Amino acid sequence: MEEALARAREAEESPVGRGIIEELQANVALAKEEAIPVCQDTGMAIVYVELGQDVHITGGNLYLAIDEGVRQGYEQGYLRKSIVADPLRRENTGDNTPAFIRVQVVPGDKLRIHLLPKGGGSENVSRLAMLKPAQGVAGVKKFVLETLDLAGGNACPPYLVGVGIGGTFDECAFLAKRALMREVGRPNPQEHLARLEEELLEAINDLGIGPQGFGGRQTALAVHVESLPTHIACLPVAVNLSCHALRHRSREV
Amino acid sequence: MLKITTPLTDETVCKLRTGDRVLLSGTVYTARDAAHARFMEAFERGEDLPFPLEGAVIYYVGPAPAKPGRVIGSAGPTTSGRMDVYTPALLERGLKGMIGKGSRSRQVREAITAAKAVYFAATGGAAALLAKCIMETEIIAYPELGPEAVRRLEVRDLPLTVVNDIYGGDLYEEGRKRYARL
Ligand code: SF4
Repeated sequence: MEEALARAREAEESPVGRGIIEELQANVALAKEEAIPVCQDTGMAIVYVELGQDVHITGGNLYLAIDEGVRQGYEQGYLRKSIVADPLRRENTGDNTPAFIRVQVVPGDKLRIHLLPKGGGSENVSRLAMLKPAQGVAGVKKFVLETLDLAGGNACPPYLVGVGIGGTFDECAFLAKRALMREVGRPNPQEHLARLEEELLEAINDLGIGPQGFGGRQTALAVHVESLPTHIACLPVAVNLSCHALRHRSREV
Repeated sequence: MLKITTPLTDETVCKLRTGDRVLLSGTVYTARDAAHARFMEAFERGEDLPFPLEGAVIYYVGPAPAKPGRVIGSAGPTTSGRMDVYTPALLERGLKGMIGKGSRSRQVREAITAAKAVYFAATGGAAALLAKCIMETEIIAYPELGPEAVRRLEVRDLPLTVVNDIYGGDLYEEGRKRYARL
């Protein structure tokens, strides 16, 4: 993300936009120096586990262990507790649990944990649509651009844009989120999707939203598209936005 | 850069124009969604707010906890649009300034010009830098709301950008128009 910000600083045409990116860079440097979060919204703990099928977990419950890790990490790291126990009654759980955990079984004997602490602001501007197959790639583009247009400057641009295409209603949303876990700017290995990523990035940056929405060319730093097979009648598309404060770590055990 | 202090007066607010960068010093109060909902309940019961609204500035922020020996943790703005439903009622009762990020509804923009108030953006996600400008903090209401409690902050030279001025300007609209390629 830091390299992407540096590149955006060079490419931004708007002087106000450049100033904002410099401020974000200074913020990252200060946060590092003082070992404090770049953003106060240290998010909900989104945990994606790739569990090797030959792994056998003993001595307790994996989900509870992850929650305990989140509890300790958010307390000891002086991170903000941003989770309410019930979406309607809205009492804070006080320790940022539960984590939002998704486990997928994969070949092998390793356990890989991805952690994506995700802020609420950029989650709120994310969207999903069930398009008609006839709408095709043009429909997908239109929906992605609409989503960015609605987000405007609300969720701290420059953004990283995760796009899921295909699968089911729920898988599609997860694809968009998983797209955010890819190394920033690394293209999709499938050529037609890599091309779509480039075209979307250009179109998004032509919207003029710019850093913080004050106008400029650097609205998105990268677009990551992920896809899955889908039903003959379906064309799901999901857009999950991340702000410039993208935080993502992976560990293998 | 223009330096301004709280409480905000008509005289100060008249000088501010959309796009201006300013440094704000003085007292500001924090409030997010849950605190705003409580303010409305207080109004319904005919009670006063936990702080004087006349000339006041509200910062939409839920700070991270302070490390030992620090005043406050990282403290950048949250999305202001979520407070739009509550804002006109506060502006009618004397609120003069708001600090957040992202655009406001038409009703809020109209209420801002009517009340001669101003809406500032702080740089979203520049939360470590912004926290450096906070010199003192005290929870003054609703401690049970955790990060959403109402705090009194004493700030020095908090860097802000004027988004909505009393003349009807809107930085998000104007900025986008300038750089959009259709
Ligand atoms: S959108 Fe990102 S940078 Fe902005 S407040 Fe939320 S977490 Fe922080």
